[in-house]
This record gives sequence, C-alpha cells and structure tokens, in this order.
Amino acid sequence: MSLRDKLNTAVGAETLPLLVFLGLVFLAFSFATPLFLTGANLRSMAFQMPVLGLLTLAMLVPILSGGLNLAIIFQANISGLALAWVLIQFGGPDAGLGAFVLGAALAILAGAASGAVMGVVVAYVGAHPILVSLAMMIFLRGLGEFLTRGGDISGFPEYMNVLGHGSVMGVPVPMIVFLVAALMWHIMLRQSRHGFSVYMIGSNIQASEYSGLHTRRTLVLIYAISGVICAVAGILMAARFNSVRVGHGEALLLVTVLACFLGGIDPFGGFGRVLPVVLALIILQALSSGLNLIGANQHLSTAVWGLFLIGVMALRWVGERWRDKRRRGT
Amino acid sequence: MHDFFRDHPVEARLSVVLLLMILGLSLGTDTFLTLGNITSLLNNNAVNLIWAVGLLVVLIAGGIDISFAVAASVVQYVAAQVFMGIGGGNWAVGFFVAGLLGIGLGMINALLIHGFRVISIVITIATFNAFFGLLMFFTKGRNIYNLPDWWTDRIFIFERQASDGSWSELNLSVAVMIVCVVATWGLIRLTTLGRQLYAFGDNPEGARRAGVNIWQMQIVAFGWCGMMAGIGGLMQVNIAQEVVPNALYGRELDVLAAVVLGGARLGGGRGTVLGCILGVMFVAITQNGLNLLGISPFAFQMIIGAAILLAISSSNLSFGRPPRGAIAVAKVGTT
Repeated sequence: MSLRDKLNTAVGAETLPLLVFLGLVFLAFSFATPLFLTGANLRSMAFQMPVLGLLTLAMLVPILSGGLNLAIIFQANISGLALAWVLIQFGGPDAGLGAFVLGAALAILAGAASGAVMGVVVAYVGAHPILVSLAMMIFLRGLGEFLTRGGDISGFPEYMNVLGHGSVMGVPVPMIVFLVAALMWHIMLRQSRHGFSVYMIGSNIQASEYSGLHTRRTLVLIYAISGVICAVAGILMAARFNSVRVGHGEALLLVTVLACFLGGIDPFGGFGRVLPVVLALIILQALSSGLNLIGANQHLSTAVWGLFLIGVMALRWVGERWRDKRRRGT
Repeated sequence: MHDFFRDHPVEARLSVVLLLMILGLSLGTDTFLTLGNITSLLNNNAVNLIWAVGLLVVLIAGGIDISFAVAASVVQYVAAQVFMGIGGGNWAVGFFVAGLLGIGLGMINALLIHGFRVISIVITIATFNAFFGLLMFFTKGRNIYNLPDWWTDRIFIFERQASDGSWSELNLSVAVMIVCVVATWGLIRLTTLGRQLYAFGDNPEGARRAGVNIWQMQIVAFGWCGMMAGIGGLMQVNIAQEVVPNALYGRELDVLAAVVLGGARLGGGRGTVLGCILGVMFVAITQNGLNLLGISPFAFQMIIGAAILLAISSSNLSFGRPPRGAIAVAKVGTT
C-alpha cells in the first residue's frame, strides 16, 4: 500500500485533490491581490464561514442517508425566533445569561422537534425526504412570517456579541463553534453506532433493515440531530446579525448542498466524510472573499460557486477516464 | 371510474379532496364560486402550471430540475435584449426567441448531466447558482421597464361584465397555459418518445438495453422543461409588466412541491398531467380559500405547508407499497 493509498483510506479520497484546489485558490488570490493573505482577511473569512458551515453539517447527514433536508434555513430561523422570543420576554437588551441559556435550550428544542417530525414522516410513512422537507420548509417559512409579520426582531443583550464577533486567543468564537461541531460530526459518523447506521442506510436501507438495524429510529434521529445543528446555526446567526429575520440566509440553502457534493458526498448516500466537506467550505469561502477583494460583486461569487462545482464534476470525470485507460493499458 | 381510483390513487384522492374543498368554499363563502374569482384563479396560476408541466416531464424521466425558475429569469432578460436589438418584434418572434433560449438553457443541463454522468440534482443546483449569479452580475440587480409594447399590452381572450359592473376576464397566459398543458399531454401520452420517457425514468438501465437512446431522453426532458420555463417567463413579463432579475428566485421549490403533490414520483417513471393540474390547483385553491375566509395572509404559507405535509403523509400511508420499500426507492432522483 503506497503512502497515497494509506492517506486516502485515512482521510478520504476527496481530501488530496481538494487540498490541491485549496492551495491553488489561495495561491491565485494572493498573486491577484496583496490583501488576500492578510490577517484581517483571513479573520473575516473565519467569521463568515461558520454559519454556512454549520448549515452544511445539517445537510450532510441526511444526504449521507440517501435523503435531503431542504428545511434547514427555516429551522435555523425558527430556532433563532424561539431564542429571540425568550430574550424579549426577559427584557431584550437587559436579559440575563439565564434567559439566554433558556432561550438557547428552547431554540434547540424547536430545531430538534421540527427535525424529528420530518424524520417520523420519512421513516414511518415512507414519503420522499425531498418532499417532506420541502413541505416542512414551506410550513416553517409561513410560521416565521406569521409570528413576525415579515419583520425582524432585534435588541439582544450585549454579551451575545461575544458569540458572534468575539475571539479566543485570536480564533473567532463562531469558528470554534463550527470546528467543535465538525469534530463531533466526524466522531459521530466514524465512531458511533449511529454513524455506522447512517452509512448503512445510505448504502442500502433494505439490507440494513434485514440485518437488524433499527432503520426507522435511525432516520428519526438523523433528522432530529440535523435540526439541532440548525438551531445552533440559528443562535449564531442571531448573535452575528444582532437580529432575527425569517429570510436570513435563504440563499445559503442550495450552497450547502453544493458544498456537500463538492466535498465528495455521494448524492445517493452511503459515502462521504466530514473533512473533505470542511475543505470544500473553506474553498467556497476563499473564492467568495477573494473575488470580493478584487472588486467583483457578491453575485459573481454565486456564479463562480456553481461553475466551480461543474468544473469539479468535469475533472472527476476526466480523472476516471484517465484511470480507466491506464488500467486497460497495463 | 373504479379503474381510475385503482390506477391513479394520488390523482383520485386529490380530486376528492379538491371537490370537497370547492364544495365547502362554495357554501362557506359567497365569493368563491363567482366568475371573477375563478378567472383570477386561472390568471394567477397559469405561469405556475406552465412551469409545472415542464418540470413534470423531467420528473417522469427520473431527473429533477432546480434551475428552471432562474432559467426563466435569464430568458426574460436575454429576450428583452434581443427584442431591443431587433427593434421590437411581435408575439410570434417572442415565443420563438423565448422557447429557443429556454431550450438552450435546458440543453446545458442535459449536456452536463449526460456528458459527465452526474445526477441531475447536482448539475441543476450548480447551474442554478451559475445562472442566477451571472444574471445578477450582468443586470446588477436592476429591473427593465422599457419593454416592447406588444410584450406588456394586456390581451384578453375572454371578457364579461357582471350585472354589478365588475369585470371578469382571462388573459393571454391562460390560453398559452392550455396549449402547453395539451402539448405536454400529447408528448408524454401519444408519442413513442413519451412512452420511452416513462420507461427511462422507471429503469434507466433496462430502457437502455431495450434500445432507448439515453442522450435523446435527457435532451427531450430538459429541453422541454427549458422551453416551458422560457414560455412561462415570457408570460410572467406580460403579467408583471417588467423584468425583475430576482423575482422568480425561489419559485422552483413551490412548483416542485405542487407537482410532486400531484403524484409525480421523485425517482421517475410516474406522473400525469392531470395530477400536475390537481397539485397546482390544490395549492392555489387553498390559498384562495384562506384569502376569501378572511385569514391573515401571513398564515397562508404555514397552512399550505401543513396541508402538504398532511397530504403526503396520508397519501403514502394506506395506498401503494409498504413504507419500507418506499424509502428504498425514495432516493434522490436518478438520472
């Protein structure tokens, strides 16, 4: 077994190409603008990425199980609303730390509950996850608009700033939250029984069922956990924007799917790891920040994200052909 | 009648629910069953149904298209440029240009999906971002108002004044909708190509071995969806009187929900034009009914979402395959 094979089995076959990509993107932008490799830019990247990152983690496990969760953005928003409601009840900017803890707990409960409902419908009714989560998305978006009348809620206590804008030893707090979550996701998927079940369900749900896995319970758990991480993203969004609004982050929905596919998650489920997805996220963020620095507008980076995914698919196809040819040649 | 219930359980159930809703709303309100309300229902949902039948063809072929609403925006913008370039144009030119541009955008999807052997959801999410980002980049998010007169003129195919003086009318988009619906029905029900689409959607490998041209299937499915997107975009401008680059953003998921509600299966091989119409009608009538019953508009989406969630839960519970098998096929659409 060569070193490369060993690395591939340890961190996933997608990791090396993505690292090369990441290097190229960094190299290109640091040549294009001297502002790119500065502490300020890297710090602002590290502040911007975590919300997208957490939402991507919420998308990741349902995709691994062969499904999809289109409701993540509004699960996050509803959770943010739950937090905001508790804080407002306790006096808005004057609310104590206890109120925040209570609000965060309620937010996580809201996320988990909305996720669990989807999980139950997917697992016990057998409806398609895309449709179930789509209906849940429409429902939650409506619920949020109904509760807020389309407006936003702001006026949160001072200390929440730390969560959105603070740093510990130079590392932004949102980034720490994201990295901890990503590490937990990695451990959950690779070490826990639940993670094993997720991969098995994604590969072949019938075989998993017959081999004694409790597939239905696992599906409910998958969507409930997805909801919990959405709630964390929602709390982080509330802290970062200092307001909660039902439309916040709506454009991120398809970007999370894009990040998962870029990170080599099999769209049919069953295969994929957390580390390549984290790398894909860093690449997307670097593309966005870099384009911003050289003066392109934010919509161009949306286009580049899409084109980048197409490019990666094309390269993967070329790579496979090349390997095929070489195998046939020898 | 019995056959209809057995062969099309989703459509049959949806019809019953719709009939009950219509009956209830007719009795509960005195405004629902008026000519004015029915015509405005048709006017407001014509574009959605045009897109829905386009998406239906892709779903039958086992794909999924996230990009069509954004593609319609691109068509609107490019078509406006073309019309300005040739100094006006008319409806015939309009349909030709919009249809062709739509087919072109659909072809990009088909080419990428077939060329790189990637499933359609991945590619259409990528093209969604690419189309939308480039459109916003080039338009800088600005609206276009100075459109050719023929494009924004109101054309009515039916007008009547009620005894109380209020007008009820059907606009051009309803006529176009009828043509699109009939054409789609003809394509999937009457032609060999249509039969092949079902076969391909149900079992791509089996269809390939039976001699179905896979590449042709992708072209037909995504080209048709693109054409409908383009024509729908053209009609949307006729209704809205302006081109707004991000106005259609997000509509794709609502249309998708309506189509799948109407019995088209994510994963391919199943779906009817009738189900498509019923699905769009279900959402439209729910919204219209809530409006007439005087419920806060902020609650609409919530109730519609809950209704869809209930509908899919009940329609999957007692009919068809046992849930266990259903999840096995309930994978993200195959290509």
